[in-house]
Amino acid sequence: MTVLDEGIARPREDEARAGAWSKVHDWAVTVDHKKLGVMYVVSALGFFLIAGLEASLMRIQLAFPNNDFLPPTTFNRLFTMHGTTMVFLVGMPMFFGMANYLTPLMIGARDLAFPRLNSFGFWLFLFGGLLLYFSFLGGDGLYGAGTAPDVGWFAYSPLTGRAFSRGNSTDYWILGILVSGLGSTATALNIATTIVTMRCPGMTYLKMPLFVWLMLVNCILTLVILTPLTAAQVMLLFDRFLGAHFFDTQAGGSAVLWQHFFWFFGHPEVYVLILPAFAIANEVVPVFSRKPLFGYPFMVGATVMIGFISLSVWAHHMFVVGLSPAANTFFAASTMAIAVPTGIKIFNWLGTMWGGKIRFRMPMLWCTAFVFSFVIAGLTGVMLAVVPWDFQLSDSYFVVAHFHFVLIGGLLFNIFAAIYYWYPKVTGRMLSERLGRLHFWTFATGFYVTFLTMHFPGLLGMPRRIYTYDAGRGWDELNLISSLGVAVQAVGLLFFVWNLLWSLRNGEHAGDDPWDAWTLEWATTSPPPEYNFEQIPVVHSRRPLWDLKHPQDPDWKYE
Amino acid sequence: MLAAPALALGAAADDVHPIPSMFDPVSPPAEMIRGLSFLVMGIAAGILVAVSGVLFWCVWRYRARPGDDREPPQVYGSDQIEWSWTIVPVLLVLVLFLATWRTIDEIEASEPPPGSLHVTIVGHQWWWEIRYPDLGVVTANELHLPVSADGARRPTYLTLESADVIHSFWIPQLAGKMDVVPNRTNRLWVEPRATGTFVGQCAEYCGTQHAKMLLRVTVHEPQDFERWAAAQRAPAASDASVAEGRAIFQSTACINCHALDGTVADGSFGPDLTHLMSRATIGAGAAANTPENLRAWIEDPHTFKPGVLMPAMKLDDQQIDSLTAFLVTLR
Amino acid sequence: MTAAPGTMHAPQPPPLPATWELPSKGRVGMAGLIVTESSFFAIFVVAYLFYVGKSLTGPYPADVLELPILSSICLLSSSVTIVLAVRALRAGSVRTFGAWWLATILLGLEFLIGTGIEWHGLIYEHGLTIGTNLFGTTFYSLVGFHALHVLVGLLLLTLVLLFTAFGKLHAGHAERAEILSWYWHFVDTVWIVVFTVVYVIGV
Repeated sequence: MTVLDEGIARPREDEARAGAWSKVHDWAVTVDHKKLGVMYVVSALGFFLIAGLEASLMRIQLAFPNNDFLPPTTFNRLFTMHGTTMVFLVGMPMFFGMANYLTPLMIGARDLAFPRLNSFGFWLFLFGGLLLYFSFLGGDGLYGAGTAPDVGWFAYSPLTGRAFSRGNSTDYWILGILVSGLGSTATALNIATTIVTMRCPGMTYLKMPLFVWLMLVNCILTLVILTPLTAAQVMLLFDRFLGAHFFDTQAGGSAVLWQHFFWFFGHPEVYVLILPAFAIANEVVPVFSRKPLFGYPFMVGATVMIGFISLSVWAHHMFVVGLSPAANTFFAASTMAIAVPTGIKIFNWLGTMWGGKIRFRMPMLWCTAFVFSFVIAGLTGVMLAVVPWDFQLSDSYFVVAHFHFVLIGGLLFNIFAAIYYWYPKVTGRMLSERLGRLHFWTFATGFYVTFLTMHFPGLLGMPRRIYTYDAGRGWDELNLISSLGVAVQAVGLLFFVWNLLWSLRNGEHAGDDPWDAWTLEWATTSPPPEYNFEQIPVVHSRRPLWDLKHPQDPDWKYE
Repeated sequence: MLAAPALALGAAADDVHPIPSMFDPVSPPAEMIRGLSFLVMGIAAGILVAVSGVLFWCVWRYRARPGDDREPPQVYGSDQIEWSWTIVPVLLVLVLFLATWRTIDEIEASEPPPGSLHVTIVGHQWWWEIRYPDLGVVTANELHLPVSADGARRPTYLTLESADVIHSFWIPQLAGKMDVVPNRTNRLWVEPRATGTFVGQCAEYCGTQHAKMLLRVTVHEPQDFERWAAAQRAPAASDASVAEGRAIFQSTACINCHALDGTVADGSFGPDLTHLMSRATIGAGAAANTPENLRAWIEDPHTFKPGVLMPAMKLDDQQIDSLTAFLVTLR
Repeated sequence: MTAAPGTMHAPQPPPLPATWELPSKGRVGMAGLIVTESSFFAIFVVAYLFYVGKSLTGPYPADVLELPILSSICLLSSSVTIVLAVRALRAGSVRTFGAWWLATILLGLEFLIGTGIEWHGLIYEHGLTIGTNLFGTTFYSLVGFHALHVLVGLLLLTLVLLFTAFGKLHAGHAERAEILSWYWHFVDTVWIVVFTVVYVIGV
């Protein structure tokens, strides 16, 4: 294969129209990273709507004290399924979907390293998720006891033991997550290998787009933490089916060991969820500020630091289980330490915006809202790391508000940014800016009403995961306001879903490079052909398209 | 003769602080936490104002003006700036860490002084067993403590254990929470400086009725506390007029789970009923402890607390009346 | 060359290195697999160490465990034979490769048989099962997962042996054989850890 300088692909328009059945067949058997990426994101959006519905039902129940809209068993199932779904079936596949679609395009490759493994990983994820949801039917049908799991998304033992969780609902939780976890491990391995082995000529590690850097760190992190969860779940299965005693407190087993295992996975998992959000901001903020990302090498360093430190902070979820003061002090220190590289990231985004000419199109609006929300999320995170205060805040609604600021204000806002930013690349059509603004203002307002308010019942002593509460504890109005905010968010989501569907046929034609951006995915057509690039591109800097567009003043002179 | 102490007890028991706010502490651990939280909130507020100020300044000052299509100067970064905004957060984090460290030591490392009260709390699905090993008192869900004063300190050291799954003991106005873990013993200390009744509840999800596993702590003047303890130590009331209810109690499944001093009942799955009527609530806070509620509870506890482990007793109306009449004598 | 406006007078970028070679997919993929598998085993090892001496009832490790010396020697020496096999294949000698490869399989098989005999004794003579006590729980799961990995390795090795027997293998496959040998070395390394934890520290 000859390698041409600035050789950018021009695909041929030779895609024949095919019948509906053959289209389904194409999608089902595809090993194309772009189709799999789209399937990941679409499945994640589907699960997102389901989990959002579950959240809405819970907020209706909690709107008033002593409400009996839902019985306790149903409420407990809903928060278990909501949390499990959002983490494993929304956050993770969003990450894998974006990484799948964009990584090869950004590094100038034609596909992932192992395309068939990629397909395998996706279908494992999807069927794992369906298995989890089958519990709503199958749990009752098979044993007559229990339906969906009701043990909480972190499934603390011994509540998950045979003695306290009869029937098969907990088994569905274990197996659903275990199966989709194997898929995630496979895909993480695949993406990391792709980044290491398939970068186009000239793209050294320090010339990769930061998005790709973050995906690499994230995949390695996934490889290190996901199998420990699998191992712990296998132990739980052994306990439940073979009569083993890993978490059996009656036989000398330890209830706290599960927490160590789970959070050794669970806390880095939070970073696995949030790093893709950072990755998106790293692409969107520079393009819309019209400047290169400020302090690229420091951003890389901060990312790697976050990856490492995140492996040593897990027990900050366990400050109230009675660890020794020394252990609590250590985990407080490591948890606070991670605030430093996270702060560096925020400062660098601000440094990128400073002195730019910021275009507030939809992606940038979401990213700006993200930066503000994430500052709040980070600060409440530091509050939770202050161990003695955590003795009060742990497992209260303050924590719930905190991590929704991380996962909605942090992750979801940037997923929206990413969808507005890359939808034109994927579909060839722009999303409607008018519907987009309606979506932005309603959803962001609803989010702040719900979750800013939610901090306060926590400070007033409201524990999480209670299906009802007595009147007069000072929580009544706050909960009502939180619940009303959900209705506003739901309206925002309707605008969003409508925009996605409407623009597919009616959106403006996007062209190859609607945002005047700088990374390689904008060098090919929208949507890209199956082979991505006719000729493998060659790069000399972090912004190959800037170099193309500004031949007199290319980036490689300064990097 | 009984009226006077009852009145005195009533004073503390009726002075209920309904809002369990961590910013309204009445005991040293909670007070230390509030002090620390003010420091942290101050620093956080400063950071929030500074960072969001810069953000809004950028949004306003550097927004693209219509018609201006030229690219801004391309700035790639600055090592000096990077190091400075690395060092400032490091210093802030160091301050927070040192303050945290000190408070951890103050709260966690303190040894019980002589004269402390020892109480054992055992978490059950979904109620609290409360034992005073030095006083020979056993009760449930409602913890009674003496008030502490500068000259006469009466701190209480709680030993936390669980009979089944993980629970968490949390009275925000007295102290931070501490998990109640099976096969493990945790400790917590409180030292209330004000009389009255303070509320809290289980803070770790423990199954179906996690929401109705409430706690009440009544803090008494020292002499009232002694009187309460003496009343709890007294043998169960034995009123001949309710012998029929007593017989029903002893001949049904009640005795498998409940203990009642002076009868054959010595179960440990449910609360001790010896002085049932001295408690303000039934079902770990599910309902006020009135004869009507008690009757309805015995008939079917699931109307108050769906999923509770106590079954509906399936007695006829007259049996329930007799049983209730017996139970309400257990002062 | 696709010309962009102004290309004529534009400064030229520094030339790229003459060759652009990145690591092979197979090696990186196998390295990733080994990382993630190590994490998996680490959790079982931690659980084993955490529960050493905490069983409420017997049998205890000191009563029933014997050092599996012969099996360990076999498994560890199979790491040597597989290196010799790969070296032979790279040199183009498929026949020598087949011999060393077969030796590797037989040594691995001996290890599995050793485990089988050990477990048979534990179960039928000492009454130790996974449900007996914490020792049984952690022992069977840790040693069992290692044995499972040996089994998977043996299946893969056997597959390669079949290819060899049917004459489908040539020197061009040396890298693939080497990548497979990495997995086998990993299984051996895990055994060193398991041996230390279960038979030395845990007794």
